[in-house]
Amino acid sequence: MRLSFHVRVYITLRPSVLDPAGAAVTRNLQHLGYGVAEVRIGKYVEFTLEAMSETDATAQVEALCDQVLTNPVVETYRYDLLPAPVSAQS
Amino acid sequence: MQFGIVVFPGSNCDRDAAYVAQELLRQPTRLIWHEETDIQDVDVVILPGGFSYGDYLRCGALARMSPVMAAVMEHAHQGKWVLGVCNGFQILTEAGLLPGALVRNRDLHFICDQVPVRVERTDLPWTQTYTAGRVLTLPIAHGEGCYYADAVTLATLERQNQVVFRYCTPAGRLELAGNPNGSLNHIAGICNEQGTVLGMMPHPERAADALLGNADGLGLFQGLLQAAALV
Repeated sequence: MRLSFHVRVYITLRPSVLDPAGAAVTRNLQHLGYGVAEVRIGKYVEFTLEAMSETDATAQVEALCDQVLTNPVVETYRYDLLPAPVSAQS
Repeated sequence: MQFGIVVFPGSNCDRDAAYVAQELLRQPTRLIWHEETDIQDVDVVILPGGFSYGDYLRCGALARMSPVMAAVMEHAHQGKWVLGVCNGFQILTEAGLLPGALVRNRDLHFICDQVPVRVERTDLPWTQTYTAGRVLTLPIAHGEGCYYADAVTLATLERQNQVVFRYCTPAGRLELAGNPNGSLNHIAGICNEQGTVLGMMPHPERAADALLGNADGLGLFQGLLQAAALV
């Protein structure tokens, strides 16, 4: 039986990579009086995935993150793998 | 020498590159649609500038998955010539044909300018018509042109002499003021170990026709032709 998952991927720049957009937002927030420091801006990607098992789903998510969704040279990621909401079954 | 210029959805320097190859160099030239898979007739592949796939996800990330790229990888692995300019350079790094990555410019702006670029080595076909240390003026037009690589990769690039072009001051000095986008080690262009795959952010094809006021980039293409004539 195929299982459905809901996947949330959080992508951020590696700490060693300069994030000029994050730096600009940091300065702006500080200018407004917020005690904010070290803003890092990333990406959020969500999708549904069908897989044979949770192990299979994990393998697929990591493969597609490494291959497509992120560039490992400059980015890292983490993800949540959730059971998809169960739809009405016949 | 057969030139082939890959056209992705969103490429916009393909015609400029074709003009240089066909009209200025008088070489057989064809445009290669990104869905093509047979490019065996081509001696030099050019990945042109532009915004392939709208730069969605990351610059060059989706172009890298195009059907034609398997053929381009094969072409490169056979030791044949590949030139990636601007978005083409980004695609080459995404594809792993060149190390490192190109990230957002230091000052966040899209930069459209003519900048001094120093020739770092002249023992490559690409650069043999230039004198060592020559400062070229070349157009740049990019928002994500800041070259990044980790410290180990950078050291390897330097040790193996793979940095071909660097941003500099008009006098040829490597100073912050001469680095428009924050690239590490002022890197504007690098090649693979063999020197056959070249990626660069500046646009030599936009500085190739003297009628347009600047032909500093033409030497790069002429050098390649000279090398081909010797084979």
